[in-house]
Amino acid sequence: MNPFRIDPEHFKTTGTVSRRVFLQSTTAMGAGLTLGLWLDDAAAQMSGPGRAEGANVAGTFAPNAFLRIARDNTVTVLCKHLEMGQGVFTGLPTLVAEELDAAWPQMRAAGAPANAALYNNLAFGPMQGTGGSTAMANSYEQYRQAGAAARAMLVAAAAEQWKVPAASIAVKAGVVSHASGKKASFGELAEAAGKQPVPTTVTLKDPKDFVFIGKHVQRTDSVAKTNGTATFTQDVKLPDMLTAVVAHAPRFGQGLKSFDGAAVTSVPGVRFVVEIPTGVAVVATTFWAAKKGRDALKLEWDDTGYKGSSADIIADYRKLVATPGKSARNDGDAGKAIAGAAKKLEATFEFPFLAHAAMEPLNCVVKLTPEGCDIWNGEQFQTVDQMTIAKYTGLKPEQVRLNQVFAGGSFGRRASTTSDYLIEAVSIAVALNKAGKPGIPVKMVWTREDDMRAGYYRPIYVHAITAGLDANGNIDGWLHRIAGQSILTGSAFESVMVKDGIDLTSVEGASTLPYAIPHLAVDLHTTRIGVPVLWWRSVGSTHTAFSTETFIDELASAAGKDPVAFRRAMLAKHPRHLAALELAVDKAGWSKPLGAGKAGDKRGRGVAVHESFGTVVAQVAEVTVDKNGKYTVDRVVCAVDCGTAINPDVIRAQMEGGIGFGLSAAMMGRITLKDGVVEESNFHNYPVLRINEMPAIDVHIVPSTAKPSGVGEPAVPVIGPALANALAMATGKRIRTLPIALV
Amino acid sequence: MPTYFINKERVDFAASVPGDTPLLWILRDNLNLTGTKFGCGMALCGACTVYLDGAPTRSCVTPLSSLKQGVEITTIEGLKSKEGAAVQAAWARLDVPQCGYCQSGQVMAATALLAKKKRPTDADIDAAMAGIICRCATYVRIRAAIKEASKALG
Repeated sequence: MNPFRIDPEHFKTTGTVSRRVFLQSTTAMGAGLTLGLWLDDAAAQMSGPGRAEGANVAGTFAPNAFLRIARDNTVTVLCKHLEMGQGVFTGLPTLVAEELDAAWPQMRAAGAPANAALYNNLAFGPMQGTGGSTAMANSYEQYRQAGAAARAMLVAAAAEQWKVPAASIAVKAGVVSHASGKKASFGELAEAAGKQPVPTTVTLKDPKDFVFIGKHVQRTDSVAKTNGTATFTQDVKLPDMLTAVVAHAPRFGQGLKSFDGAAVTSVPGVRFVVEIPTGVAVVATTFWAAKKGRDALKLEWDDTGYKGSSADIIADYRKLVATPGKSARNDGDAGKAIAGAAKKLEATFEFPFLAHAAMEPLNCVVKLTPEGCDIWNGEQFQTVDQMTIAKYTGLKPEQVRLNQVFAGGSFGRRASTTSDYLIEAVSIAVALNKAGKPGIPVKMVWTREDDMRAGYYRPIYVHAITAGLDANGNIDGWLHRIAGQSILTGSAFESVMVKDGIDLTSVEGASTLPYAIPHLAVDLHTTRIGVPVLWWRSVGSTHTAFSTETFIDELASAAGKDPVAFRRAMLAKHPRHLAALELAVDKAGWSKPLGAGKAGDKRGRGVAVHESFGTVVAQVAEVTVDKNGKYTVDRVVCAVDCGTAINPDVIRAQMEGGIGFGLSAAMMGRITLKDGVVEESNFHNYPVLRINEMPAIDVHIVPSTAKPSGVGEPAVPVIGPALANALAMATGKRIRTLPIALV
Repeated sequence: MPTYFINKERVDFAASVPGDTPLLWILRDNLNLTGTKFGCGMALCGACTVYLDGAPTRSCVTPLSSLKQGVEITTIEGLKSKEGAAVQAAWARLDVPQCGYCQSGQVMAATALLAKKKRPTDADIDAAMAGIICRCATYVRIRAAIKEASKALG
């Protein structure tokens, strides 16, 4: 599991960078309350779209940084995590509502401002941000404490008004009441509760008393996302705002030689054409004018930049994995065990670049004045973005105000380690300021083509695995070599997440292989090529789950064993893996033969189990292959152990969606470079899964009282190997290159 | 002066609005109807789906100059039909949306399907909805919600 920590020193340059936000960071929950108090400077940032009503109004009860109770009886939870589809605008209010004993319809969600002192991700350390499927895990006690503290203050206010002991007051479904018949809503008590002392300790509920956690609640954002009123960055509109479209270089790292904007100024609506570090921005009154202006630019790029091709990268990596790399894990003597094995198998796997391709192409709204920089964005990495923008503009971090809005997907892309697209937007504002136009709000909009060709891909990886079976058909030796770029080298995460030359995100899932194999070695070759890469939903597991879980299946087959029995025998020390596996195969009817298809069709069923981000997911995929080699994924049965299930229906939704997202990658996802140029540009040549390709999905949650872990990512990596194993059963052919090409 | 009806309201465009401007950007930038989304610009993803005289249309590739005089344009903001209400209610009840960015297009396409066919089969749903990409892959729930809305419509 990734520690996901950043090094604040990374942002330190001129000494102007304030250390304040780091020094004030709260520590993980110990004894007592760790709730930050509401600060006025944070309140000042509570503006702009996506804000809930009653957030900073007289009479509003603001017991701590995480919730507001307004006189209109609404409870607004300030969500420190970005809502990008994964459900935090429901999950975090669930935690508060639970301890507050609120009624669900009164709950609201709003994005918290950027303030690492108040809103840091407790799993990340001194950093506010969303990622690694940590949102619920790191907030589980914090947001419950926030609700419990507010409840205690409401009760204290009622006790004072009613002149009864606090212990005699009950709170249920948003109503504070006393046996005498007195009762009040939260809204009625809000003002008085604000005058009560903040408790120094609170007692959280016994899980047996939960009324919301583990039960069904409606998402808080479904209605707004069904009637067109939800605000995304793309929808932000400010007075006098202009729209910018940018001409980027065809190759990564390529420089601009010259440009001629003469033809552009005649495009109606175009106001400015400015050179920025990443290209040329055309700034206009509307998107269409800006785009037409961009298309009319005459650009000459220099001969620098990355000129490699995917095919060459893969060929190079194939050579690398034939040689030992840096050791990420070394149990026993894998080489010796394999050399002496009764049976030896080897396979090489290839994984392409992948684009995140969220439905909302990247964008960012900036208003830059000498006093500060306001950003409206689906903000995933507040602290990184705040520090990076501060460094770029020379402002103090606290002068960079990040206004949170919904993100139309991210899948990791908005958690940019370099803040690339935000800095590009800010660079346009800087250029306008230099042109004597300070303070004009600018919305930078990338087209789909810009988004798809901008890099920050899941890197290309090649894996080679060699394994030896002993005379009993058990794996005795396993040697796994991985070659690919490091996601974190050069980023603020490097000093803490790249250890002894091993980027943990390159090997996670492989170096943590749960199977009891006596001799096991995992090596890594970290390559350096000029293609920007980034985490992509489930990160290292996107490739390690595939190579390990398909090769395990191949070994089971070579040993003449059932793939489930083969895994089961090696998982005695991993009860959570075992339980998820057993639940999935039980619900899938694994013990019974798979039903036959139509005449001429072949059917197959495959299983995979994998842990990522502390959550174990097992899936059984069922496929049909027709006589032309065309296949359909008919059904997927999924079992998930994510500890305490806070919102079971959100968990099911993340499993369903994660499977669909993983299927896109397995079945059709590939970005290819040719002479440094990205060949794909839009959904016609970078297809993604559509409804007619979506299997039926049954999700089952392993009952658990353990601390919750995440669900946004862990379904994604499991479906690829489950599908490949099913296809191998149907066709007899093993799949070692993604995306899958059967014919 | 060209005249259109957007969500039942008469809209007159000055001749200065360039005729090549896609309807999507007229809606979003000129009329502030931001429920209709930009996803691809090439009629590949369907996030921009609106109705022209009731027919689902990709507004990102529909230039202003192609619009017939007097055409009735319906966006998510103007979706008032009983099918639309049933679809939106089912969407909310089943918590279909995740990131939500594509859902205006999904709701528009699903509503048009139910207006045309009261009891759509899975094949009908595939045909009507395959043009609308959901990167969060909420497809299982989209299918279920269409069936639920169909039932609710009686």
